[in-house]
Amino acid sequence: MEEQAIRLGVQELIGEYVACIDEDRLEDWPGLFGDPCRYLVINRSSHDAGMRQGVMYAATRGMLLDRVFTIREANLFEPQWYRHVVGPIRLKSVEDDVAIVHSHFMVARIMQGGETSLFATGRYLDRIDISTPDYRFTEKVVVLDSDQIHTLLAIPL
Amino acid sequence: MSQFELDVEHGVSWPSNGISEVPFQVYTDQDQYDREQTCLFQGPTWNYLCLEVELDKPGDFVSTTVGEVAVIVARDTAEDINAFVNRCVHRGNLLCMKRQGNVKKFTCVYHGWTYDLKGQLTGVSFEQGIQNKGGMPPEFRKDEHTLRRLRVAVLGGLVFGTFSDEVPDIEDWLGPDVTRGLLRVMNRTPHVLGRNTQVLPNNWKLYIENVKDTYHASILHLFLTTFKINKLTMPGGVYINPDGGNHYTFAKHDYGAEGTEYKDAEMRSESDLQLQDSSIVESVDEYGDSISVQILVVFPGMVLQQVRNTIAIRVVRPRGVDKSELEWIHLGFDTDDEAMTERRLRQGNLIGPAGYIAMEDGFIGGFVQRALRYNSDGAGIVMMGGHEADSQPFKTSEASIRGFWKHYRMLMGR
Repeated sequence: MEEQAIRLGVQELIGEYVACIDEDRLEDWPGLFGDPCRYLVINRSSHDAGMRQGVMYAATRGMLLDRVFTIREANLFEPQWYRHVVGPIRLKSVEDDVAIVHSHFMVARIMQGGETSLFATGRYLDRIDISTPDYRFTEKVVVLDSDQIHTLLAIPL
Repeated sequence: MSQFELDVEHGVSWPSNGISEVPFQVYTDQDQYDREQTCLFQGPTWNYLCLEVELDKPGDFVSTTVGEVAVIVARDTAEDINAFVNRCVHRGNLLCMKRQGNVKKFTCVYHGWTYDLKGQLTGVSFEQGIQNKGGMPPEFRKDEHTLRRLRVAVLGGLVFGTFSDEVPDIEDWLGPDVTRGLLRVMNRTPHVLGRNTQVLPNNWKLYIENVKDTYHASILHLFLTTFKINKLTMPGGVYINPDGGNHYTFAKHDYGAEGTEYKDAEMRSESDLQLQDSSIVESVDEYGDSISVQILVVFPGMVLQQVRNTIAIRVVRPRGVDKSELEWIHLGFDTDDEAMTERRLRQGNLIGPAGYIAMEDGFIGGFVQRALRYNSDGAGIVMMGGHEADSQPFKTSEASIRGFWKHYRMLMGR
């Protein structure tokens, strides 16, 4: 496949990923992943040390659906929204219908009272299945630059 | 009376000599906060420093804090573990800025003074001056200068330190029940699966009280009731040591039934809700005693947690009257196979900053702190289960919170 087409496809997938979160369409978010998959939010110092336990983890689409369900119905937290800004998307390699894609992001968190703060910065380390026109994440590791999370992480990053 | 002695009399006054009414000002008063640093964190308490496995070889060190005080923990060439303040005797500079590493000696970046792994001053740059001009005066002796040391104890692979010469040995101080509870969980060699720190917008005590609060779990944490995971009928209890501050609470679980009726019945709520992927609660009885939840507090600020197969140390560190840092140190053990590690990682969704049954604990203290802003008169009510802080064979009680305040008042002197 043309590299340019792959670039556009992964860019669209990542764009849709952050839009699902920022526009509060979380129900559409699990469908962007394959099944099984690997979704992990982890801080840089743990990741660099080869550790595997982060803040959120899903190994199946069912676990992602459960995360959305609990956000809607089974967890309490102060209403809040994110705004992602994703930097240049770099296509690291394409092999056997899998694209390795790296990008970086900043996320502002907007609380219900209007308080807006820089909540998280980091990198997306993605493995994307490009075997069909509907690109899907088979792995998305969200590496947070800071070890600290202010108050809590309610919504996926 | 000197100004200093007057200061000692400051702090929050209590409505009575009891421990079931807690004045709200304890969460907002700067003098109270300052006294806690001296009377609790630098007082007769044992504070978590690090894991013993983090100090594997001579020269291995970890820098941390006890309360607000910066501390270095290091293994020396005789294999002993030492802890001392992270403050150069010369001009008070932070001696060590790295969180962890291995060194032969500690060297201050400011003027190059050096210390051995026991915290003893060993080197002063240009001690004799240059060409015998300048230099330290003849009465200055390096061997008279050592970094302020902490007593160190290791229990269950956890390294504790205290600034106190008076506090009893750690097992005596924890008491037999809490020692047993700690050693029950820490019965193998641990390793760190990951770390997270939450910055909480509240006084540190609000978090520790929440941990000791067995009353809120099935009310605040909707996840437990939605999926009927926490049954109030589960046998359990609370052990509180005589001082009050060290305690653990536990609950049993019928692991045997989990494979059969559990998935069919317990995972469904009345509205027939169920998890799409129940692997996050599929657990094994790794201790062989049916206890599925054990929450243990080492006064003032450490928690040892077993929730199913998630094992974590939590350390709450005060960072001002209305700010604290909560570190989660997620553990696995040397006996874990890949299936066990994966189980711990999946169940890890239950706890931590995004935990299904921990998320609410992250904000609730901040909500209290917000409500107390310029509105901290009066006292909170901690009377569920009576007015005392005794061990109890049930959990519908605030006895372990009262235990915290019993210990607190004893050490704060009022």
